[in-house]
Amino acid sequence: MVPISAYLILAIVLFVIGTIGVLICRNIIVMLMSVELMLNAANLALITFSRALNIMDGHVFVFLVLTVAAAEAAVGLAIVIMIFRNRETVNIDRFNLMKW
Amino acid sequence: MSEYSQYLFLVPLFPLIGFVINGLLLSRLPRWLISFVGCVSVGLSFMLSIMLFFDLKGLPPETRLITQTLFTWIPAGSLHVNIGYLLDPLSAVMILVVSGVSFLIHVYSVGYMHHDPGYGRYFAFLNLFVFAMLTLVLADNFLFMFVGWEGVGLCSYLLIGFWFEKKSASDAGKKAFIVNRIGDFGFLIGMFIVFWQVGSLDFHVVMEHASTAFVAGGALITTVCILLFVGAIGKSAQIPLYVWLPDAMEGPTPVSALIHAATMVTAGVYMIARTNFLYVMAPSALLLVAIVGAATAMYSATIGLAQNDIKRVLAYSTVSQLGYMFLACGVTAFTAGIFHLMTHAFFKALLFLGAGSVIHAMSNEQDMRKMGGLRKYLPVTYVTFIVATLAISGIPGFSGFFSKDEILWKSFSSQYGHPLLWVIGFVTAGLTAFYMFRVVYLTFHGQERMDDHVKAHLHEAPKSMTVPQVLLAALAVIGGWVGMPHVLGFTNYFENWMEPVVSHGVHTGESYALTAAGGYAGVELGLMIASVALVLAAIFLARRFYNTRPELATSLREKLSDLHRLLVNKYYVDEIYGTIVVRPVVYFSLFLWKIMDVVVIDGLINGFASAYNDFSQFLRGIQTGRVRSYATLFVIGVVVVVAYFILE
Amino acid sequence: MNLDTVIFFISAIVAVFGATMMITQRNPVASVLYLIVSLVAQAVLYVQLNSVFMAAVLLIVYAGAILVLFLFVIMLLNLRGREDLTDHSRPMSRFTKYLVSTLLFIEMVFVVRSGFFADAGVTGVIATQPTDFGSVEGIATLLFTRYLYPFELTSVLIVAAIVGAVVVAKRDRGYGKPVAASKQEEPSRRQSTK
Repeated sequence: MVPISAYLILAIVLFVIGTIGVLICRNIIVMLMSVELMLNAANLALITFSRALNIMDGHVFVFLVLTVAAAEAAVGLAIVIMIFRNRETVNIDRFNLMKW
Repeated sequence: MSEYSQYLFLVPLFPLIGFVINGLLLSRLPRWLISFVGCVSVGLSFMLSIMLFFDLKGLPPETRLITQTLFTWIPAGSLHVNIGYLLDPLSAVMILVVSGVSFLIHVYSVGYMHHDPGYGRYFAFLNLFVFAMLTLVLADNFLFMFVGWEGVGLCSYLLIGFWFEKKSASDAGKKAFIVNRIGDFGFLIGMFIVFWQVGSLDFHVVMEHASTAFVAGGALITTVCILLFVGAIGKSAQIPLYVWLPDAMEGPTPVSALIHAATMVTAGVYMIARTNFLYVMAPSALLLVAIVGAATAMYSATIGLAQNDIKRVLAYSTVSQLGYMFLACGVTAFTAGIFHLMTHAFFKALLFLGAGSVIHAMSNEQDMRKMGGLRKYLPVTYVTFIVATLAISGIPGFSGFFSKDEILWKSFSSQYGHPLLWVIGFVTAGLTAFYMFRVVYLTFHGQERMDDHVKAHLHEAPKSMTVPQVLLAALAVIGGWVGMPHVLGFTNYFENWMEPVVSHGVHTGESYALTAAGGYAGVELGLMIASVALVLAAIFLARRFYNTRPELATSLREKLSDLHRLLVNKYYVDEIYGTIVVRPVVYFSLFLWKIMDVVVIDGLINGFASAYNDFSQFLRGIQTGRVRSYATLFVIGVVVVVAYFILE
Repeated sequence: MNLDTVIFFISAIVAVFGATMMITQRNPVASVLYLIVSLVAQAVLYVQLNSVFMAAVLLIVYAGAILVLFLFVIMLLNLRGREDLTDHSRPMSRFTKYLVSTLLFIEMVFVVRSGFFADAGVTGVIATQPTDFGSVEGIATLLFTRYLYPFELTSVLIVAAIVGAVVVAKRDRGYGKPVAASKQEEPSRRQSTK
């Protein structure tokens, strides 16, 4: 019998790994993937709670989160393509025009 | 009430309207219209004053009081000040004198200032002055009177510095205003104490509650009276704040006639007469007033002996005559003081107008050493000037005799009087006659000492200037006949008229000198004859020195050259003030400027600004433009918020 | 130690392994593949939680569509570890980042273990199976009744995303490269279009 908190801690671990990925990686695309990882961790937590409380609303929430993740990935990648066209790089540190 | 009581507020309002019209439209109105507006507004005030006077006369003596309150000006807690006007016998006399003499001087100015480019400005300021003066004398409470007080000070500054391109004129204007201000400070403190003790600033209320609010003869009431007198010292040019008045002669001569002879400088005397109910409770203050008045009278008469500028002599003469008025108030002869105020307004204004006529004829020459023999060129001016000189010298029959004699008698005989005061007044009367006739002989008689091209331009003044002079001369003669003394068998109408105003606690006791001298009528007649004799002797001496044997004057001047130089330089008082008062103040303000303002305050403000600047430069570093840094800050924020919720 | 626990542990380790490898790869294609591995492990976990439908959806949509999209883009951009993309940041040093992340981890674990959620729950495939849980009908019922509006709105969202992606990534002919003012450009272009 696996307790609920185990799943939750796993979700937390995945979330933190995703955070580290966002903070560390220089490649934009890997950053976006880390964001997707964070969303997935949240999905896992939602499913866990849904099972714990025996209601299906969590599933619906995950469904919607998935949809949003898809939309966001599409648009984000489109932006990456456009930036890459202008800058010939995906190193995020090069995009610092907003510097003071 | 009476018929015209509701129009009381119009008396000061007419000149105010004149000021507004002339002041706002001065460049666009034709000359004749400016003169018309200026003169007619004061003329209307004068006519209204006459009607109000007769109204007041129609009431029985105890109830001669017309008041009008327009609206509440300051309703601030316990301080309740109205815009209100009060007409009693004292202020009736004042508005008649002010509006009447002002009207004549306005008419005179039409001729005198004819060629001046600042014509409209002149009449606007003059009207503003009349408004302020009428407000001063008609106000029914201390604060409103102070408004008029300050207003006349302001107009004095504006008019003295009328030809402001000339440095000496603008300096004189500043000096007048600043010295006045010193006096006003005393006045304000006195007013504060009155309000603090009585709880109101209305004259009526203070009059009723004065005996309960203050201890008679106590320190507080004496302080109040002395402080109010300090204000009068500044405004009416007594020792030590008289220094502005001679310099004020830089202004146009009609201004000197109106402001510095007839009206503004008399505001101090009016104020003391108005608050006589306070002064009779403070004998020490009264003594101070009398001493200062007498000392000033004699002191400035001595200076006037040696001056060569015709207007300066008249200026010192004014200071001296004002000293007489204060002497009168100091011995509780308030009626005599106001009587002298009235007659002085007539003959001093006439003297100034005559001087103006002379200056106008002499192409702006003011030094008497360059005049002489003018009586054949300026006949009307000569006659009126003689009349005024006879009046100021105190020749019987002329107005000055009756008023000055009343003052001298009261300074001897009143309970607050003293024979020493009489002696000072007596000697000063002689000096007055001497220096005034010196002016007459130097200017109108004797050798003609002027340049030829000036002589070619000599002409009598136009009608607009001579008619007011003639009218004032008439007043200088008959103006005294309302106050002729009992001892010569006449009824003193003026004294009866003024009685309801000054009768509070005025002791009708006698001075010890009087009782020592025995009888009453005999002493008065004796003193009168003595002063007339002295005056005649002085006139004879003046004639000797300046007309028949002028070389005597020159030799005396050489023998007493040090004394002469002291008098000509006005006892070096201006220089003394400059060193003792002005220089330290200038140094102090330089210190405040260079150090306090530039270093401390600016440094503080700029320091703040640069501190902010540095801080924002520091904060600028947060915007690195890197997304990852922002993301890190993001996560830090999340950590902090979650920690907060955990710890709660 | 029963089957549930074993399955859980294996899946958990694989998931974490995949995630960790994802962020430490130099080659972005490898990162994508490791992420897919992690996702498959998570799908197994979903199944263990009786959410069969969501597991399938996860694999089909997420691993099958979104990550494939990522892969396409990487291939399109031709990013074979071209640059040195290791982390050389200085202002916010690596240490700070690890520290912050660890703090976050500790906080969240604290929340979970604090008894905030009563340690309820028995889970596992072999555990009690509530009827009808995780089925398609269950989700569909909710979606079309209680959550109808959000459901419709997501369709709008998807349309917006499609349009946005197309518009953003389109290569326009008008502006992009600065137009030279010389006349020599024009005839050459006209010739090329012919």
